[in-house]
This record gives sequence, structure tokens and C-alpha cells, in this order.
Amino acid sequence: MEAFLNQLPIGLSIGAVLLLIALGLTFTFGQMGVINMAHGEFIMAGAYTAYLLQDWAGRQAVIVALPVAFVVAGLMGLALERAAIRHFYGRPLDTLLLTWGVSLVLQQLARDLFGAPNVQVQAPQWLQGGLGIMPYNRMFILALAVGSVVAVWAYMNRTGQGRRMQAVMQNRRLASTSGIDTGRVDMRTFFIGSGLAGIAGVALTLIGPVGPALGTYYIVDAFLVVVAGGLGQLRGAVIAAAGLGLLNSYAEFWTDASLAKVIVFAVIVAFLQFRPQGLFVVRSRALT
Amino acid sequence: MRNSAWRIALPLAALVVALGACGPGSSSSQQAAGGGEDGIKVGILHSLSGTMAISEVTVKDAELLAIEEINAAGGVLGKKLIPVVEDGASDWPTFAEKATKLIAQDKVATVFGGWTSASRKAMLPVFERRKALLWYPVQYEGLESSPYIFYTGATTNQQIVPGLEYLKEQGKKKLFLVGSDYVFPRTANKVIKAYAAANGMEVIGEEYTPLGHTEYSTLVNKVVQAKPDAVFNTLNGDSNVAFFKQLKSAGVTAEDMPTMSVSVAEEEVKGIGVDNIAGHLVAWNYYQTTDTPANTKFVQAFKAKYGADKVTSDPMEAGYNAVYLWAEAVKKAGTVEVEAVKKAAGGIALERPEGLVTIDGENQHMYKTARIGVVQPDGLIKEVWNSGEPIKPDPYLKGYPWAAGLASG
Repeated sequence: MEAFLNQLPIGLSIGAVLLLIALGLTFTFGQMGVINMAHGEFIMAGAYTAYLLQDWAGRQAVIVALPVAFVVAGLMGLALERAAIRHFYGRPLDTLLLTWGVSLVLQQLARDLFGAPNVQVQAPQWLQGGLGIMPYNRMFILALAVGSVVAVWAYMNRTGQGRRMQAVMQNRRLASTSGIDTGRVDMRTFFIGSGLAGIAGVALTLIGPVGPALGTYYIVDAFLVVVAGGLGQLRGAVIAAAGLGLLNSYAEFWTDASLAKVIVFAVIVAFLQFRPQGLFVVRSRALT
Repeated sequence: MRNSAWRIALPLAALVVALGACGPGSSSSQQAAGGGEDGIKVGILHSLSGTMAISEVTVKDAELLAIEEINAAGGVLGKKLIPVVEDGASDWPTFAEKATKLIAQDKVATVFGGWTSASRKAMLPVFERRKALLWYPVQYEGLESSPYIFYTGATTNQQIVPGLEYLKEQGKKKLFLVGSDYVFPRTANKVIKAYAAANGMEVIGEEYTPLGHTEYSTLVNKVVQAKPDAVFNTLNGDSNVAFFKQLKSAGVTAEDMPTMSVSVAEEEVKGIGVDNIAGHLVAWNYYQTTDTPANTKFVQAFKAKYGADKVTSDPMEAGYNAVYLWAEAVKKAGTVEVEAVKKAAGGIALERPEGLVTIDGENQHMYKTARIGVVQPDGLIKEVWNSGEPIKPDPYLKGYPWAAGLASG
């Protein structure tokens, strides 16, 4: 019974990880309809940012890295958007191919810069240990996920920039004729979406490997959350992440890790049969 | 929307770059005219990209070092060795494809390569059909003996069985098995269960996770609830990092629940973080700290070539040995012709960094000394037990009554 109850916080913490990695995608994929396969590599960039900052910040690197990784990954995203993706708006398949290529290039770049083996990021002393089955580092990730969601929500609904972003997503041409510079909004959206991936990358150094292949382990899960939650829907992503986390946790508890993956995929496929648009739907005239 | 040329050019460019990223070593052989006159071409086939690159790149480095040393000492049969490096990309069909390319197109004399059993199983039919030679440098699950493969890593009775014997000696009775979901861990665990049944030990849990899995909180919860005396870990690749980080943060220490790992060596310890794995056990045939004259030389040469912060590990040493053992067999045979080399190889004995290594001519495995080690706070591994002498390779465990029936299953 104890083991059974333990799975509840475990499920929620898996959900928190899923939410963190997917949050950036609710911007770039959800809001803009850009299938960015390099999102995983922005996560990786965040993790390596924490690694590099260790020289300077020691064991507190993980904390210091949060804002730095946001900017680093954000700028990478911005560069990608300006240099390439904007030429492909409205052409999702080409974008997919392009960003897939970019993702491979970035992986190889990381391999050349940092070497193929994993590197070590030391967790701060105060994140070691835990309460029962719930380690402090998992609680930290949970808190970070909640904090990020609140910040994103406030930005989208309480600031002029956020409202303009929503306006562009819902009706690009009308927004444009109303005097909104849609190009600027696109840049900003991509910056924030990619930056959030950087933050996720920093958090992942606490629990997983830090290496060139890091992004590939999370990219599919991130897309699953966004698709199941409904494109561009913050609350959809939150509920989908929590639901998938719990499903994952209990499915693995009752069966094993390999079968749990199958179960999760099967449930999502079945779910999308009934609700092809995900949990929540918003009518939009997005780029696609 | 104005520049349509860009819209075509960019995906194409991305694709080309992507393909380039997949095979950085595609044409890295130096120009060897005809291959016969100026030198002897040898193939090196490891994953230089993808999830296995973390481990395999280092083996490639060790093999290149051996080739360089042999060339500096005058080469083999008066000819220099010319390495042709290919990337298996952590993808098993790619291994078979690249092996075919090395044999048919580059006409290499032999290939050094592979890490996962899946990649070896994919390459095996290629080498058997084309009667070419593969040197496989990693410990594996045994139950195989191809006439066209030399196995320079440990087979089960030189690594897993000694690991179990050590745990038994330490009074560990209840085992929990954790492994990646593919051929090596599943076969290894069959052996472990047979051993446990015959030796009064009990396997109280057995869990597999997909390769590249990074979420271990549920599995750690299961392990903690089952309260085993020890965990036998056959996870491979990056999963080890996630597993040990999450085991540590769940408050499990090496004192109350040691793990015995068979795929974690010095290189992996660095990525996992010493904090997370110090005190846990590993089973291999070689550590960077192994005290032999040949090892002092090997460690020095490796650090000089690749950097002072680099470590050496068992699979690297086995890859390094493979090149020397093949070169010795070629010298003895007087030719690179495969059948002659195979015939000459049996009985060759060399002092290697791990100690004396002898080729068993019958099953083409090596006599190797088993060593159990503990991960130290400095990231190196200290030997706490060894088998005293090289153990005769027994891939089908014929010499162990409890293993009867495993080979057929």
C-alpha cells in the first residue's frame, strides 16, 4: 500500500518534468504551429549552460543558470527563427525537415565542444536528501514548473505583449491590420518558447544525464503533452502533463517501464480518436 | 515569401548537413593506393553519434592509439596500418551496412568494432557470409561463438559469475535485477537467476527499461519497497546516469544497498557524478588503477594523446588489446588472409594492461582475470577482489552444472 501511495507524488513529479519540457513548445508549436524538432537541443543547451557555469558558481550553478539558460536558449531560438524558420511559415513539413537537420547539427556541435561522454553537473548541497520518497530535487522541479506556469500565464494575460501574442495567434491578418508588428511578435514568441526549454534543461541536470543526446530523450514526450493538451492551451498542457505523469507512474508500477510506454501511447492514440484537437480547443487562424 | 530559392535551398542544405552529421568518418581513411602496396587497411566501426556514442567513441580512440603505436614500431609485415573509421550511429542496421561497406568496398583486412550485443548480432551474419574477421571489444552475455568473431571482452564466466560469487561471499542473499531492455541484460539475467537458484540466493525483483530511459523514480520506489540485499545492474548507456542520480536522491546508499554494475566503468563514473555512485561495486577485468607495467604505459600514452583528464576503462583496454592481438596473429601467420590469421591466433599470449591475455583457439574468446572494484571518491575504481589467474573463457557455461539448459533456451 505504501508503495502504491508513493506513486502519487512520483506521478506528479514526472508530470512536472513533462510540463517543464513542454511549456516552451506550447509557444512555438502551440501558438505558432512551428514543429521545432530542435526544441530538445535547446533543452540540452540549457543543461550545458549549467555545466559551464559550475566553474564560476560552483555547486549553486543550477540556480544561477536558470536565468542565463533562459537567455542562451532563447537567443539560439531567436537566431533559428530569424535565419531559417521565418522563411518557412505555413509550410510545416519543410520546417520539420529543417529543424530536424538543425537538431542533428546541434547534437554534433555539442559532441565536438564538450565531448561525447556525459558531463557532470553537481547539485547544490541543499537539494540533496528528501522527505520520504520525495527527494528535494523533485520538489524543486515541481516548484519550478508551477512557477513557470504562473509566470507564463501572467505574461499572456496581464501584459500588453502577451495579449498581442494571443491576438496574432488567433487572427494574424486582423492583428496585422490593427497595427501589430507580427514579425516582432513572432520573434518574441520564439525567444520565450526556446528560453523555457533552456530552463527545463537546467532542471533536468538534477535527475538525468547531461550529454549530446539529452534532447532526444525528451522531445517526443514534449510533443505528446502539447498535442494531448490542445495546441496553444496552457491549462491543457498542465492537465495533460499531470495526467500523463500519473498514468506513466501507475502503468510502470503495475507493469514495467517498457510496457508503460506502450500503454501511455495507446491511451493517447485512443484519446485523440475522440478529441483530435486535444483537451482544449481554441479556434485560431494561426500560421498553419 | 519573396525568395523562393531559399525555400528550396534551405531544407536541402539542412539535409546535407544532417547526413554529414550522421557520418563524420565516412571518408576519413587516408589515401591508400589500392590498399595492398603501401599499407594494410583495417576497419573501425563504432557509434560516433547517437545514444551509444558516450561509450563507443572512447573505444575508437583506444584502437586508433594501438594502430598508431604499432605503426610507430614499424607496422605489421613491414606495412603500415591504415584505419578506416565508420560510424554505426547507435543503429543496428547501420552497423550491418557499414560492415558490408568496409569489407566489400574498402577491402579491409579486419574490423574492430561494436559495443551493444544488438550491434554485434546485426554484424555477425555479414562477417560469416563474407568470411571476414570482426574483433569485438566489450563484455557480453555469452552463448555465442562465431568462427568469424574474436571476443576480446569478458564472457559471462569472467565477469557476471565472479560478480555473483563476490556478492555471495559478502552474504548478499536477496537480489534485485535492473537492466536495459535488450539482449544483453535479458540473457545475463537468465544466467543470474540460474546461479541464484543453485546457490541459495533469491531474485526478488527483475525490471527492464528501454534504452535511453531517464525516468527512474518508479523503479527506485519498487527497489526500495522490495528491500533487496544488493541490486545487480545491467543498465547500459545514459540510463545509468539517471538511475544512480535518482537512487542517490531517494536516500539509498551503497552501505545499505550496494549495486553491482557490469556496464559502468571509469568513463561512465565521470558522467554519473562521483557523488552519486561512490561506494558502489563494479565487475570488470581491468581498471585504470590495475597495477601492471603494460598498464602504466597504456595510461600514459592515452593521456598524452587525448588529454590528461581522460580516463581509461575496460572496454577501451579490450579494444586496444584487440589491435595488438590481431597484429600478433598476422605476424605469426605471415599474411592478413583471414583463415590463416584465425589458425595462427589460437594460443597467442600477450602481457596486456590487464595482465596476461591468451587467445582460446577453440571459441575465439580470451583467458582473462576477473576483478571486482569499488568506485572511489576520486572517480577511479579500486580493486577489492580478483580471480588470481586468468579464467578460461566458457561462453556456453558448459563447466557450470547449474547453467545446464541455458544455452538451448
